[in-house]
Amino acid sequence: MGRPITVTVNGEKTSAEVEPRLLLVHFIRERLRLTGTHIGCDTTHCGACTVLFDGVPVKSCTMLAVQADGRQLTTVEALHAGGALHPIQAAFKEEHGLQCGFCTPGMMMSSFALLAENPDPTEEEIRWALSGNICRCTGYMNIVKAVRAAAVQMKEAAAVPAGAATGS
Amino acid sequence: MAIETPLKGFVGESIKRKEDDRFIRGKGNYVDDITLPGMLHMAILRSPFAHARIRSIDASAAQALPGVVAVVTGELLAQHKLAWMPTLSGDTQAVLATDKVRFQGQEVACVIATDPYVARDALPLIEVDYEVLPAVVDPHKALQPDAPLIRDEKEGQTSNHIYHWEAGDKAKTEEAFAKADRVVTLETFYPRCHPSPVETCGIVADVNPATGHATLYLTSQAPHAHRTLFAIVAGLPEQNIRIISPDIGGGFGNKVPIYPGYVVATAASLLIGKPVKWVEDRSENLISTGFARDFHMKGEMAVRNDGRILGLRVKLLSDNGAFYADAQPSKVRAGLFHIVTGSYDVPAAHVEADGAYTNKAPGGVAYRCSFRVTEASYLIERLVETAAIELGKDPADLRIKNFIQPDQFPYKSATGFEYDSGQYEKALRLALEKVGYEDLRKEQAEKRKKGELMGIGIASFTEVVGAGPGKHYDIAGLRMFDSAELRVHPTGKAILKLGVRSQGQGHETTFAQIVAEELGIPAADVEVQEGDTDNTPYGLGTYASRSTPVGGAATAVVSRKLRDKAKKIAAHLLEASDEDIEFDHGKFFVRGSPSKSKTIQDVAFAAYTNLPDGMEAGLEGVTYYDPPNFTFPFGTYLVVVDIDRGTGQVKVRRMVAVDDCGVRINPMIVEGQIHGGLAEGFGIAFMQLITFDEEGNCLGSNFTDYLLPTSWETPKFETYETVTPSPHHPIGAKGIGESATVGSPAAFVNAVIDAVGHLGIKNIDMPVTSDKIWTALQAAGAAE
Repeated sequence: MGRPITVTVNGEKTSAEVEPRLLLVHFIRERLRLTGTHIGCDTTHCGACTVLFDGVPVKSCTMLAVQADGRQLTTVEALHAGGALHPIQAAFKEEHGLQCGFCTPGMMMSSFALLAENPDPTEEEIRWALSGNICRCTGYMNIVKAVRAAAVQMKEAAAVPAGAATGS
Repeated sequence: MAIETPLKGFVGESIKRKEDDRFIRGKGNYVDDITLPGMLHMAILRSPFAHARIRSIDASAAQALPGVVAVVTGELLAQHKLAWMPTLSGDTQAVLATDKVRFQGQEVACVIATDPYVARDALPLIEVDYEVLPAVVDPHKALQPDAPLIRDEKEGQTSNHIYHWEAGDKAKTEEAFAKADRVVTLETFYPRCHPSPVETCGIVADVNPATGHATLYLTSQAPHAHRTLFAIVAGLPEQNIRIISPDIGGGFGNKVPIYPGYVVATAASLLIGKPVKWVEDRSENLISTGFARDFHMKGEMAVRNDGRILGLRVKLLSDNGAFYADAQPSKVRAGLFHIVTGSYDVPAAHVEADGAYTNKAPGGVAYRCSFRVTEASYLIERLVETAAIELGKDPADLRIKNFIQPDQFPYKSATGFEYDSGQYEKALRLALEKVGYEDLRKEQAEKRKKGELMGIGIASFTEVVGAGPGKHYDIAGLRMFDSAELRVHPTGKAILKLGVRSQGQGHETTFAQIVAEELGIPAADVEVQEGDTDNTPYGLGTYASRSTPVGGAATAVVSRKLRDKAKKIAAHLLEASDEDIEFDHGKFFVRGSPSKSKTIQDVAFAAYTNLPDGMEAGLEGVTYYDPPNFTFPFGTYLVVVDIDRGTGQVKVRRMVAVDDCGVRINPMIVEGQIHGGLAEGFGIAFMQLITFDEEGNCLGSNFTDYLLPTSWETPKFETYETVTPSPHHPIGAKGIGESATVGSPAAFVNAVIDAVGHLGIKNIDMPVTSDKIWTALQAAGAAE
């Protein structure tokens, strides 16, 4: 009763046989053992399970693994690919944008998608973009600050002429 | 260009958090991340009815489903004397129902299967024959003589009444009321809400059938206390139980109780001989675990016409659900509600509390709160607002007139607390100044002339946090001390092991900073370990803002013990006498000649290599700290709102928070705690509601119905501080994790009432939703 799927996860192609009813988040967590993606509500409200699906943030608790066949998935584990922290990760730490850490991966993936689309968001735009991700610890103040700080960082990094960043 | 000195992490430095490195990489280790070889999965069948007799349970079809290993029922547990368990308030609670179900969502049977999906598939195959009984969801109705008896299995229980409890001096209070010019009354309901950390509760129970050792990975705010309770409930030898509370995805009181799912998963692992995982889903979390509040309160305040408060009288009815399971010290019945005189010098006070069973989930947890201080703070701050309106006085002036004065500390309250320190007027005045109070009042008067609704709400709260002392406060008999064990290794690096357990509060950083301050070892070199009962000294855990007041004090004390020994070693190295050695942030030197010194690292190495004659090797110690008193953090929160007359919609324009938690160890972390608490206070005031229909169906069973504030509606916060150290805490610190949730709901509601009070609207119970405001405006003839 398994169904074959091939998914590109964090840049690597993975093939698996899955039950048609298997939730995408369970595929990510249990089959691929990428446990940075969390489950908080099962009903698309809290956003702890947010991953990028062909670059678009989705809540993986209400998608099926079979829907990811032939698609690209990006999880929190890809943010620091190559070892260096992504500016969003660094800013979350720097601005104290996390406490218990449970919502953090989803929060960062939504922030990643926002900054890809809008590299210079206002505070209001950040608050709107993150309104599908619930945090119970921070009151959002420092999360918003972190996303702003990451935007500035990424803009500055982009302004550095090509080649200047090598060896960093 | 100035060269920045790297921060060592002394007290007062906002160093970045050590724990963040794993969380931002998705490398936290939460209970649901744990997978063991051969692990089975558990799912729970829950009652669809609030009150029903169980005629029979037929699990044969579920049992026959391929992949199902076992179906556990109450009957099976009863054979092992595990069908009932004790609660933290001395009552009993059904683990799996045997006779009746008493709330919707109650645990009826558990399926253990090889796959979590199969375990769920099996649940509807279990046939339960219920005889539905009338449910009672209102505690007032529950206490009427003809109400259905919920706890008919309890010997001698003939009604739904649980407890009667009083605090304060009744006669003296009556006298005060007799002398009053006026009695200000407020009846208000603090509704049921739920802490809802983003991580739900769960367990991986791994009982080794060969050795009998049980390793329980548990979402626990109090792993040591839970181990003892497991030993008592399950009859397992305590030394064979190891509780590991890994990273916790938020607690807020939700992870203090022991839940039936934990007990069944452990029993199942014991009986089957394989690890069993149970992680509840969100609906299970909302309908069956640790609710908070649900207090019906009537407060009366005796006042003189000049605004002086003479006395306070409170009657409250607590809705405890089907089992009295409040997580609270054993010698109190309504938590620390008798802190209800708040920040005010109230000469006489009396509290009468009664508890009632209803067909609702048990819990009564201290949701980001020190045992009912939130309800108390809400009532007194709403009463002061009511008094200000009735007396025609400014609510800030009325507070200033009645505050306990700085020279009155230590202050003995009318209900028996001894407040450690406070400067209430200073905090209030700072808030008034920061918000621009006088200008706002002028603006409000102008707007009122034009018919616009604008309100300014104040709450000047005082909390009571950091239980013990142990002789007065215990959990199930276990005294509320806490512990710290510090080991300094030869290279001068250290491991600090604590009895408390962070759920996001940043202990790995904060407690390392206390060691840095006291011993001079940079915080980066101090590894903080918590949560593993095999590996940490016994403690009562993290809730009720007790980690810094108690665990933090233990850390300071053990560091000082090591410092005393280190001084002796330094004297030996410096060839001086002990008394001549001085210490300053990691350096030991002979008095008068600071150039000749040894570092803590030198001394640590010597502790293993070059000791004075007769001295034991090593630089280690352990302390069990029993606090002499609570700490009493305080502050003033000020909220400005604008209300749309046409829709009743509230816009929070400003939120100014002045907090005083004594000495701040890591100001960045403290501020983060305040932000989070304010957001939860906002949620409670305007959104979060667990309610029930007449049949006892829970109407807040998912995040569509139970609304949590997101980044979009949460207001921005402006935070300020005053510093009044606790005189009895070793470093002058007080708790801070809960002040904002305790203090802010009243500020939000007072702002709404301040906007509409002149229309004759005296009270709107939380959550203060647009429709409630609009209805009140309509009734007052003031809606557009």
